[in-house]
Formats: sequence, C-alpha cells, structure tokens
Amino acid sequence: MMGLLTNLRDSISRVTDRLFTSNEPKRIGIYGPPNAGKTTLANRIARDWTGDAIGPESHVPHETRRARRKEGVEIERNGKSVSIDIVDTPGVTTKVDYKEFLDHDMEKDDAIRRSREATEGVAEAMHWLREDVDGVIYVLDSSTDPFTQVNTMLIGIIESRELPVLIFANKTDLEDSDIQRVADAFPDHETVPLSALEGNNMDEVYDKIAEYFG
Amino acid sequence: MPEATPTDSDGGVQIDLISGSRMEGLRSMEKIRLILDGVRDGNIVILEEGLSPDEESKLIEVTMTEISPDDFSGIEIESYPRAETANQSFLDKLMGRESTKKLTVIGPANQIETLHKDEQLISALVSRK
Repeated sequence: MMGLLTNLRDSISRVTDRLFTSNEPKRIGIYGPPNAGKTTLANRIARDWTGDAIGPESHVPHETRRARRKEGVEIERNGKSVSIDIVDTPGVTTKVDYKEFLDHDMEKDDAIRRSREATEGVAEAMHWLREDVDGVIYVLDSSTDPFTQVNTMLIGIIESRELPVLIFANKTDLEDSDIQRVADAFPDHETVPLSALEGNNMDEVYDKIAEYFG
Repeated sequence: MPEATPTDSDGGVQIDLISGSRMEGLRSMEKIRLILDGVRDGNIVILEEGLSPDEESKLIEVTMTEISPDDFSGIEIESYPRAETANQSFLDKLMGRESTKKLTVIGPANQIETLHKDEQLISALVSRK
C-alpha cells in the first residue's frame, strides 16, 4: 500500500514538474563558427520582439567573447505565444591566433587581450552547451563550406545530448550563398535560409522557432 | 611516451598512432591529456577510434584554456564525418550500440593544414615548427 502511494505521489509530481517546465521559457543557444552572424541574428530576434539589442556586431571574428542572454523573449505565432531565453554564444573554433587580429588594425596588446577573451568565450560556450541550454539554433554563413570539422563536431555534440536543433543558413543576401549545400551537409536536420542582416525570411524563422522550441 | 624519442633536432615530425585499445582503458581527461601533451610537443596524433562527442567538447574546452600567445595557438582536428553511425541499423541504435569510431587526426594548428576533406579522404599538409 505504501509503495502504491509512493508511486502515485511520484507520478503526480512528475506531471506537475512537466506542467511547470513547459511554462518556463526554454533556453535556446545560438551556436556556430565565428562570423556566421550569430549576434546579428540574436539582435534581430531581440529587436523584433523586445525592442532591445543583445550585443555589438562586427566583421572582426570573436566580437562576442562572453555568452550573452536575453530573457523572456515572447514570440507570437498563430495566436499563441512562445517564450524563450536567447543565449548568444561566442563562435566556436579549435584555434585562436592573436596575429590574425593584427590584420584588423589592432595593436599587439589589444590583439592578445582579444584572443585571450576569445578562448575563454569558446570554453564558456562549450560549457553552456553541455549544461545549460534546452535547444540550439545552429547558424552558418551559407556562402562558406559547411563541411568543416567544427560544424561536424558541434552537431555531433548537440545530437548526442538529444537537444532539438534548427540549422540556419544565414547570409542569403550574399552572392555566393548556397542553401542547398548547407541542407546537404546536415540531412538529418531542418535547414532554414535567412539573412539576419537584411531581415529576409524572418517569418519562416519565427514559425520554426515556435514549432521547435515552443 | 615512446622510448625512442628523437633527441636530434633535425626537424622531423613525430607521428603517434594511438590504438583504440590503448584509449579504451583511459578516462576522458586522460585521453585529452594524452592528445594535448603530444600535440603541444609538436607531434601529430592519430586516433584509431576517435573521441566521443562529449570528449570532443571537453577537448575544445581544454584546448582553449591552454592557448597562449607565441606558444600554443590551438589544434587542428579532422575526422571522417559521421563515419559508422550513418551505416548503423535501427536495431543497433535501439540497443544503444552506437558506434562513434572514426579515425581522427589532431595536430598543432600552426603546423598542420587540411588540404582536402571528404567522407573518404582527409589530406593534410604537415610542416615543421
């Protein structure tokens, strides 16, 4: 009898847990290699639904060197409201050489500081991925080759954690953009084309976010 | 690690081919240490069976903490994409017999450059320090 009661109590608490968690905003990590346009996308989403930006955008790689959060972003789709926390993460790489920043008109001290912050940022992004996100938007520059080791490894890590993931083929405004190449690289996942900079195809972007993470 | 470590500095490049069974007995951090110690000595490390996704994520994280200006700028890593998981049967997946075995090449970022990579071939250029 006690066992039965315990079982009953457990199953009730499981149901209430589920009810509570479904009301809480899902933490959606925006991941991808450096310069894919993650912050431009995060800012676009945040501006469209909250009016504020998340962080500065730049052509210099590793502009985002800390994971930045925007909480409680309410996205309205088909009369329903979906609440998410956006986590804009630093671009993931396996190498950072400060000398690359010297090409962007930076003094050596600044370049070294930037590279140190970048490495800390990548480590932090990996940590978030292993511990703290409920879903992933994986952003790629669709004008570049998607078959890179970083992309393969990160998608593998995301799949192994069984996180829902959407692939965003960004920068469709560029002449060399090839959406099919991105779709072919990740056949197990849905690819959404967009230009976060120009705001192209954002309706589909929000439809998919609501569908996957709502 | 090897007994016959080259002592002369004639600029050769050491390649360590680490078998699956050697890695099997190690914990995740021991594997990562083994790889990074080799790579930081300027060696090319080839893993017969690669790392799990979780270990790859830790490898990236630990690599990042060890990068330092003019000393170590990180790693280049290449493996065949989704090697055996693609050919896996549904039953294998169901039974949790997930195989992540895939030949993996890791080297110092400033000494190894990937020339070409597809599902069947990885071609890399290795230079001396």
